[in-house]
Amino acid sequence: MSVSVKIKKLSVTLGGRVQALKNVSLELPVGKSIGFIGPSGAGKTTLVRSIVGRLKTADGAIHVFGQPAGSPALRSIVTYMTQELSVYADLTVKENLAYFATMAGQRRADAKANIADILRAVELTEKANTLVSNLSGGQKQRASLAVALIGSPQLMVLDEPTVGLDPVLRDKLWQLFNNLVKQGTTLIVSSHSMDEAERCDDLVLIRSGRVIAHGAPAQLLKSTGTKNVEQAFLKLVGGDE
Amino acid sequence: MSPVKTLSTAKRVLKQLRHDPRTLALLFIVPSVLITLLKYVFDGQPKVFDGMAPMLLGIFPMTMMFLITSIATLRERRSGTLDRLMTMPVSKLDFILGYALAFSLVAFLQATITCLVLIGLLGVTVLGGTVATIVGAVSSALLGTALGLFSSAFATSEFQAVQFMPAIIFPQLLVCGLFVARDQMAQPLQWFANIMPLTYSVDAMKQVTMYADWTSTHTQDLLIVLGFTVLALLLGAITIRRQVRA
Repeated sequence: MSVSVKIKKLSVTLGGRVQALKNVSLELPVGKSIGFIGPSGAGKTTLVRSIVGRLKTADGAIHVFGQPAGSPALRSIVTYMTQELSVYADLTVKENLAYFATMAGQRRADAKANIADILRAVELTEKANTLVSNLSGGQKQRASLAVALIGSPQLMVLDEPTVGLDPVLRDKLWQLFNNLVKQGTTLIVSSHSMDEAERCDDLVLIRSGRVIAHGAPAQLLKSTGTKNVEQAFLKLVGGDE
Repeated sequence: MSPVKTLSTAKRVLKQLRHDPRTLALLFIVPSVLITLLKYVFDGQPKVFDGMAPMLLGIFPMTMMFLITSIATLRERRSGTLDRLMTMPVSKLDFILGYALAFSLVAFLQATITCLVLIGLLGVTVLGGTVATIVGAVSSALLGTALGLFSSAFATSEFQAVQFMPAIIFPQLLVCGLFVARDQMAQPLQWFANIMPLTYSVDAMKQVTMYADWTSTHTQDLLIVLGFTVLALLLGAITIRRQVRA
């Protein structure tokens, strides 16, 4: 198996007090959709921020495509969607995308076509010239997601990308995610929603800063003798306590 | 560093401001209104106003740009956008210089409008001329911009950022020589004034007021203000962390 992200004995203590991650070791495959699934406060965002290199970690090691997390070489091939909105509310959707495309190093001509495709993909073409502050919550979320789709990232790290979206749109976005994965992109999606877990190729179940299970959904169901991921999670948590 | 990314950041900041016409109006109108107000406060003492007004051009643009820049940058630091930018191939200097460039343009417009109101509408005679007055006011505004960018690193909320104004600007205002000549202040305050940038902004404007020719002291004052500006920008860039501590 080719490895996209390799994490070795990662422990993170936030603010010197709260241990957000405890001795996490993982090897994530290339070209798959990987779900970081767990309840709020489980440590998903800390893990995501560590992988994209935004969080300075002292204990353990993280390598992305063989490079230490946050290395300059990774900045062009890894995109990140933060949990909170990471677009400018006082710019239009199109202005946001154009700005981040330039920051990603895209040429203006390439960016124009790319932005049109992305707007279609997230169904915001009609809102392209609307200020983000005037969008609905779900539309803002999609605008934020749109920025992560800029360019041709090899790894997309999306922190709760579908939260607050209606089921129809969520389904469409997952079709988009699956298409990206088919084209070879590795996708890491964090979610507290168990029903999203079943859409992933590979699952990492997290609770209280610990990885309680890692594997394909079918494999997890088989090993726990359950019918869905939620039941598997509950069974694993029961065994953990 | 990439000039394209720096310019793009500046353009983005200006677009954000353009979408906020009320802020723009306040930025461009308030200093002129305050100077005009002061003229009528000193209605019975026009000479006092004529002597003081140019010096205020070394203060108003600085304080306003300090406030607006510190809050705008704080917003960026606290939002997910900086998180996202710092994981992209963007240098910290691209980011900070983009901000500085955008606010410098705003500062230039603000200072120019205020100078034109002072000299053109209020009829204040400045021996050094309009251009020298504008140069002094713009350098002061740039200093405010740079200090705002730097100080935003130490605020965790907009309330705190606003409080930096009395904490950082007001002490400088008191000792800069506007109210009392510096050599008449207590010795420790004179030492303090000598290491504060606003002192040199106000001194530069004094030179413009007093001399028709460009003096060496004027050049020295402006260079010191420029030095403080560059230093604050560099320190501002350092305070932006690519990686944040857990």
